[in-house]
Amino acid sequence: MSVSNMLENWSKFRHMHPVDDKPHEEYKWAMSIDLDACSGCNACSVACYAENNLPVVGKQKFDAGQQMHWMRIERYWDDDGREFPDQGAQFLPMLCQQCEAAPCETVCPVGATNHTADGLNSQVYNRCIGSRYCSANCPFKVRYFNWYDYPTTDNVWPAEMTQQLNPDVTVRGKGVMEKCTFCVQRLERAKNNARTEGRLVHDGEVQTACQQACPTGAITFGNLVEPESKIARQWAHQQVELAARDKQAKDEQEGGSDLRGYRIFEELRAYPSVMYLERVRESAI
Amino acid sequence: MEKDIRESIEWAKINGDVLKSLESPRPLFWVILVVALSMFGVGVGCEVYQYQIGMGVANLNNPQVWGLYIATFIFWIGMSHSGTLLSAILHLMHADWRKPIYRFAEAMTTFSLMTAGLFVMVHLGRLWQFYYAVPYPNERWVWPNFQSPLLWDAMAIFTYLSSSVIFLFIGMIPDLAICRDHLHPGWRKKLYTVLALGWEGTDRQWRNFRVTYLTVACFLIPLAVSVHSIVASDFAMSQQPGWHVTSFPPYFVAGALYSGCAAIITLFVILRYVFKFEEYMTLPILKKIVRLTFAIAMVWTYLNAVEFASVWYSHDEASKAVLIQKATGIYAPFWWMMNFCGSVVPFVMMIKRFQTSIPVMFAVSLLLNLGMWLERWMIVSPTFSHGYYPYLWDNNQWPTLVQWGIVFGSFGWFTLLFMGFCKLFPSVSMYEVKEMVYHRSLANKHVEQSLTMNVNELEEKGAH
Repeated sequence: MSVSNMLENWSKFRHMHPVDDKPHEEYKWAMSIDLDACSGCNACSVACYAENNLPVVGKQKFDAGQQMHWMRIERYWDDDGREFPDQGAQFLPMLCQQCEAAPCETVCPVGATNHTADGLNSQVYNRCIGSRYCSANCPFKVRYFNWYDYPTTDNVWPAEMTQQLNPDVTVRGKGVMEKCTFCVQRLERAKNNARTEGRLVHDGEVQTACQQACPTGAITFGNLVEPESKIARQWAHQQVELAARDKQAKDEQEGGSDLRGYRIFEELRAYPSVMYLERVRESAI
Repeated sequence: MEKDIRESIEWAKINGDVLKSLESPRPLFWVILVVALSMFGVGVGCEVYQYQIGMGVANLNNPQVWGLYIATFIFWIGMSHSGTLLSAILHLMHADWRKPIYRFAEAMTTFSLMTAGLFVMVHLGRLWQFYYAVPYPNERWVWPNFQSPLLWDAMAIFTYLSSSVIFLFIGMIPDLAICRDHLHPGWRKKLYTVLALGWEGTDRQWRNFRVTYLTVACFLIPLAVSVHSIVASDFAMSQQPGWHVTSFPPYFVAGALYSGCAAIITLFVILRYVFKFEEYMTLPILKKIVRLTFAIAMVWTYLNAVEFASVWYSHDEASKAVLIQKATGIYAPFWWMMNFCGSVVPFVMMIKRFQTSIPVMFAVSLLLNLGMWLERWMIVSPTFSHGYYPYLWDNNQWPTLVQWGIVFGSFGWFTLLFMGFCKLFPSVSMYEVKEMVYHRSLANKHVEQSLTMNVNELEEKGAH
C-alpha cells in the first residue's frame, strides 16, 4: 500500500446506510411471511439445511444450544389452560431479517458484516475473527457461530453425505459467524443470467430455498424496487414501508385495522426487510 | 498503633531495606510462585484444549455468545485503574502517603492490563486472525471498522498499556540506578545498568526527570478514564436491554477504581508480609487506602442505584424485565451477592478498629473484589438469557470447567507476573520514600524550632 493510497479519500468506501442515503437502484431483496399460512411443518428449515450446507450438529449439541439452523420455526403454545394434546400452538419462522440499519454491522470490529447494494446484510466468512459482538447486538438472535469445526471433525456429514453438499456454497470453518443470506448464491446466479441478457431479474425468477420448499406458500420473496413484483405489491397493500420509523400503518390506526403487515421490533429502528402477516385464524390443535 | 514511617525510619536505612527485598523474601514468596505457576498451567491447558476443539467446549451457545471471558476481561481492565489513581492523580494532589505503595500499584496496572489483553485473545473464535482488528496498511485496502466499540477498545487498551509501561519504567529510573550501584556483579546488575539509562543523579537529570514524570502522569489520567469508558461503550453503545444504559461509562470507571483499590489492599497485605515491608507499608497508610476505598465504594453504590433507578423509571419494558430477572431469576443469588459484597461489606471499613486490622481488611478486600467480579458477570450474562427476543428467554448456559479454568488461570498468570516483578525490581520507591522522610523531618524541625522559640520566649518572660 503506497502513501498516495493511504492519503486517498477513504470516506467513499464507507458503508452507507440505504435508509438514510440514496434509495436502492436496481434491487432490494425483501420477504414476507404469512403466519396464517404457516403450519409449522419445518420444511423451510430442512430446505435451508440442504441448500446452505448447514451442519447437522446432533442431539447433544442441539441441546447445548450450539445448533446452526439459519431458519428456525418457533413454537408458541397457547396459554388457554388446555393440556398438550388439546393445546393449540402458533408458529413463527425466524431468519435473519436483513435489516437496513443492522445493529450487527456497526459493531463488528473488523467489518466482516456489511450492507450490499441489494439491501442484503452480508457476512464475509474470511474476514470474521469471531468476536461474536454481532450476535450479542442482534435483537432477533439469528446469527449462528461455529462453535466447533463442524465440517471436518464433528462428523456432521458422514463421508457418503458430502456428495449432497451444495457446491455453490462454501462450508464454514471453526470460529466464524454465519447466518441466513437470503440464498445469495441463487440471487447472484439470477442476476448474472439477467445481466448477460441485458435485463433485470424478473419477478419470480429467483426463489429462496425456504420459499421453494414451503408447501402452503407462506413465504413470498422478491425485489422491492420493482413496483409490479409480488412482494412490492404485498408490502404496498399492507402499507408497510421499508423506511418507516417506529410504526407502520397497522399500528397507527386506532381500534384495530384490517391490515396484517408488521415487522418485528419496529421500534428498534433496525428496518428489517422481512414483513410478517399477522395470524387471524384460531390456532390449530 | 505503630509509629508513622515518616517519623521512624532512618533515611540511609531505606536503600538497604528495599534492596533486601530483591534478595531474600520470606519463604511464602516461593509458595505463592509455585501455586501461581500451577494455576497458570491449568489455564494454559484449558486454552490449548479450547483452541484445538473450538469455542464450543466453553459451553457458550448461540444466544449466549459471551460469557465469563468478557466478564473477566472487564474485571482485569478495571483492576488496572487504581495504579493510575495512586501514582498519577494522587501525585498531582501531593498526597505523600502514596509514596511507599504507588510502585506496586503501578505494576498491578500494567500486569492486569496484560491479563485483560489475554482475555481478548481467549475470547476470539479465530484468535490466529486477531490482527485483522489492527489498522495496519495492507494490500487489500481493508481497514477495521472504526464504528465498532470493540475496535476503540483494542486501541484504548493498547495505548493505555504502552503508556503505563512507560510510566512505570520512568518512575523507576532513579531506583534502578541505586540497584545498579549496590548489587554484586551478575546478570541482574547488567540488567539494571541497561535499564538505568546512565542515571547519575545530577541536578539536570533530576529536573528533566521531574518534568517527564509529571507530563506522563498528566497524559495517563485522561487515558485511564477513557479506557474504561470505552469498555463501558461496548455495552452502552449496543442496543440490548440491560446494556444500553447512558450512565455506564462513569459507572464502569467507579467500579474500576473500586476493584482496583480493593486489589491494592490485598496486595498491600501480601507484599508487606512476603517482602518484609512492615516498616514501609505501615498501618496509617493502610488506613488511608481503606478510607479511599470506602469513598469509592459509596460512589459505586450510588451509580449502581442510579442505573437501577434509570432502568426502573425508563418505561423500557425490555430493560426492566432484565432487571427484574436479575433480582428474581436464575442469576439472583449472584446478583444479590454482588450487591451485598459491593455495597454492604464496605461498611466494615467504617469501623475504626478494623481499618488497621490486617486480617479483617484482607478478607474485606477479597470480598469486595468478588463482588466486583460478580458485577461484571451480572452485566454480561443476564442480558443474553432475557434479551428482546422472547423465544430465547431462559436460555441459561452455565460456564464449563474450561471457562472456569481459564478464569482461574488468569489469576495465576497475574500473580506470576506481579510477584516476579516485585522480586526483580524495587517494589517500594526508594527515592520517593526518602523525599517523604526528608520533607517530614524538615517539617518536624520547623515545629521543634517554633516550640523551642516559644519556650525561650516564655523563659525570657519568666526571667523578667
